[in-house]
This record gives sequence, structure tokens and C-alpha cells, in this order.
Amino acid sequence: MIDTPLQFRDPALAHAMAATLKRLVEQLDRPAAVMHVCGSHEQAIAKFGLRSLFPKALDVIMGPGCPVCVTDVPEVDEGVLLARQGVRLATFGDMLRVPGTVASLADAQADGAKIDIIYSPRQAVEIARNTTDEVVLFASGFETTAVATAAVILDDPPPNFSVLSAHKYIPPVMEIVAEMPGSRIEGFLAAGHAAVITGSAVFEPFVERNRVPVVIAGFEPMDILAGLVELVDLILAKTPRVVNMFPRCVTREGNLAAQEQLWRVFRPIGGRWRGIAHVPNGNLRLRDEFAHVDARKRFTIDLPSLWDFAPPALARQCICGDIMAGIRNPRDCRLFNRECVPENPIGACMVSNEGTCKIWHLYGGVPDLEASA
Amino acid sequence: MCLGVPGRVIEVREFTATVDFWGVRKDVRLDIVDEPVAPGDYILNHVGFAIRRIPPESVQETLALYEMLLGGDDADLMTSDVRGEISGAMKGTS
Repeated sequence: MIDTPLQFRDPALAHAMAATLKRLVEQLDRPAAVMHVCGSHEQAIAKFGLRSLFPKALDVIMGPGCPVCVTDVPEVDEGVLLARQGVRLATFGDMLRVPGTVASLADAQADGAKIDIIYSPRQAVEIARNTTDEVVLFASGFETTAVATAAVILDDPPPNFSVLSAHKYIPPVMEIVAEMPGSRIEGFLAAGHAAVITGSAVFEPFVERNRVPVVIAGFEPMDILAGLVELVDLILAKTPRVVNMFPRCVTREGNLAAQEQLWRVFRPIGGRWRGIAHVPNGNLRLRDEFAHVDARKRFTIDLPSLWDFAPPALARQCICGDIMAGIRNPRDCRLFNRECVPENPIGACMVSNEGTCKIWHLYGGVPDLEASA
Repeated sequence: MCLGVPGRVIEVREFTATVDFWGVRKDVRLDIVDEPVAPGDYILNHVGFAIRRIPPESVQETLALYEMLLGGDDADLMTSDVRGEISGAMKGTS
């Protein structure tokens, strides 16, 4: 675990903000739960020990904010099968150890499959330009990353390049989590940088339908505290609406040029998010006009060939889905920090830097900083 | 991974800009940036694409956060994600 003391550029302001939050939660006079949907928010909350400043009656839960973690088992299987066919796979490093039905990409790589780790979809195109092999970009990530995939598809990639899209779209899953039976979520903290693309307006229909407020916040400790103050204020006032607390990056309409490219290339379809549920419109797939760069159309991927195998026994004990739905936290898991550690992850939440379990493993979940402050 | 990283634009060539990230110069694509970008501007880079031109009045505030994050060691998740974003841009060809 990393020992990170609270680092605020203005500690007095931070403590004043924390006191305001405490006062508002006291006014609420009941326990409340709010959810954020961004791995970077959880990293900042954990890294800066913010949970020690949150009132005990306010539960700040990380939802399905880790795109690698919600990449479904059959999607990993598709990548594994393509790699086993001799296709050269380019993917983000976090994807390597995400468990599939019988194998991860790392297992396939150990068996001789060609897998390149990339940081940018552009690097996958570069690899394709320099080889005669078929190169498939196994693309994960939310809309912020999907726009980069869209841009390389529109930029005339070489004929041996195609895309296996596991891209996911965040707004629909908020709906699913808000409507889950037993959901205690009364408000959402939306991720500043994802909203750079979509704009704050994308959340307006959600608020209208679900009567739950959404506050867009940045990643500084103060941004997060201020976002929570605003969120609890909206819960108290029973005036659900969208508030943009990150105007230096996010506008109401968002980045229109990026949205145009995103929706020209992708269409939203329903699909499963690992451990969560079927999410209507939650998956981004290539439109028919881009069938020539769609790995699902270009190759035969015989998924059922993998499905005669039962998942390993340990994986069945994984509660990753409940953690991402906000029903339980990593400490409720029998595997957390025992059988399941970043070096040997059982569930996807321990694999990615944005996974709740990996973040809690590294920083601890709720450090007791009050005692040492 | 959705954190992005700010950098200063050195040169613009059609759809590509050479961008300086704390002394490391990389090429960033401008296909999906929201506004025209000129040398001296700051942009937010995500996986090799500029996704936003940072308003001049917000530049200092934005850089300060990242300088704090970059000060961590590689085991730190935020530090490693920011470094990953810098690597996500491509080595300049010029």
C-alpha cells in the first residue's frame, strides 16, 4: 500500500468544504449513497484519503466506471479466439489479464499468440502499416476512448487493419444502476473528462426520467469534495438536475466534432456488462458501413467452442459485479487480498488500474486519517 | 485512463500537432479537437488525440494538478496513468 498523506493546495479550504459536507449530510438526517462512475475519481478519492473526510452517513460508491472491468467474458473470448487464429492483436495493457471463459489474452500470449500492447489506437494502425499480418485493434474504453478509435477508422487505415470493439457507453448504465432493485443511489458524480466529449446535456434526459441529480466534477480532491457538496445539496432540496462543476473543461453541448465522428462510426446496441446486467444501448459496435474494418464481420469467431468449459471455481466466488453495482465493496469479498491480488487477479476489478479492487488493494479503501491528522 | 494529460502545442501541421509534455515532445492528432489549435495553446491529450483546447485562464490550474500527480512513483496508479497518456501520443516524425 502506498502511504500518501492528504495533499491539498489549500488544506484550510478542503477542511471547510468537508465541514460543509458534514453539515449537509446531518441536515439530511439519514444515511445516503451516491455513486461515481469513473476509475480516475476512485483513484483520487483513494490516493488522497478523501473517504476519511466523508461523513459516515454518506456512502460514496464506485459504480461501473472501469471499462476494462465491464468488458464481458464473451468479448475477451472473441479476442482470445482471434489471437489463437494467428491474427495479430493490439490492445491496451489492462486487457491482458482480464479473465475469459477459459483463458485470458495473457494465457493466449503465453501459448504463442501475437499480442501487442498499445497506448493509443494510432499505434495499432502503425503496426498494421509495417506488417502484412492481419492486425486487429481489440478496443476497450468508454466514449472518450471510442472517439479515438472512430478517428483512426475514418483516417483511411491500411487494408489489413480491423477493430474488435468492446467500447462501452456510460449514460445507459447509469440508468440500469439507478433502477436496480435495492439500489440506494440518490445521486451521481459524473466524470469530468468523459463529459468533455458528451457535454453535460447528455445527462439531462436521465435526470428527467429518474429524478436523481447528476454533478459533473473534475479530479482534484477539491473538485470531488465540491461536487459532493453540490450533490448532497441537490438531494436535500429535492431538486434533481444536472450541475456542471467542471466548466473549465466541460460545456453543455460537449465536443461536437468528436461526437460527430463517434456516431458516424459507432452505433449503440444492447449487451451485457460483466457482472452488471444487460445494458440497453450500452455497447458501441461498428455501423454496417464500416463492416470492412469490423473484425466480427471479417473473421469467423467460433465462440461456442469455448463454452463447454465451466469457469474456474474461484471465479464463481468473485463479487465484482455487486461491487460495480454498488451493492457490496471489496472488503465483502472472500477473495479480496487473499487469493485475488493484482499479481494473480481472479476478477476483472483487480486487473485494471481503474478497478475498485486494485485501487483499494493499493491505497486501502477507507484509511483512518482522522486518527493521524 | 480517462484522465487525459495537458501539453503545450509547439507546431501545427494540418491534422497533427507537435506537443510538449514536460519536455517530452510527441505528435498528437487534431481530428477531434473542439476548437482550432495554434502554437502556444494547451490541449488535453487522450490516447494520442487532442480532445479539448484548454482555455488559457485554466492552464495554470490544470498543470498544477498534473505536476503533483507526476511527482509520484510508478507504483502510483494516477502517476502511471498520466505517464501512460504521455506515451499514448506518438514520437514525433520531424
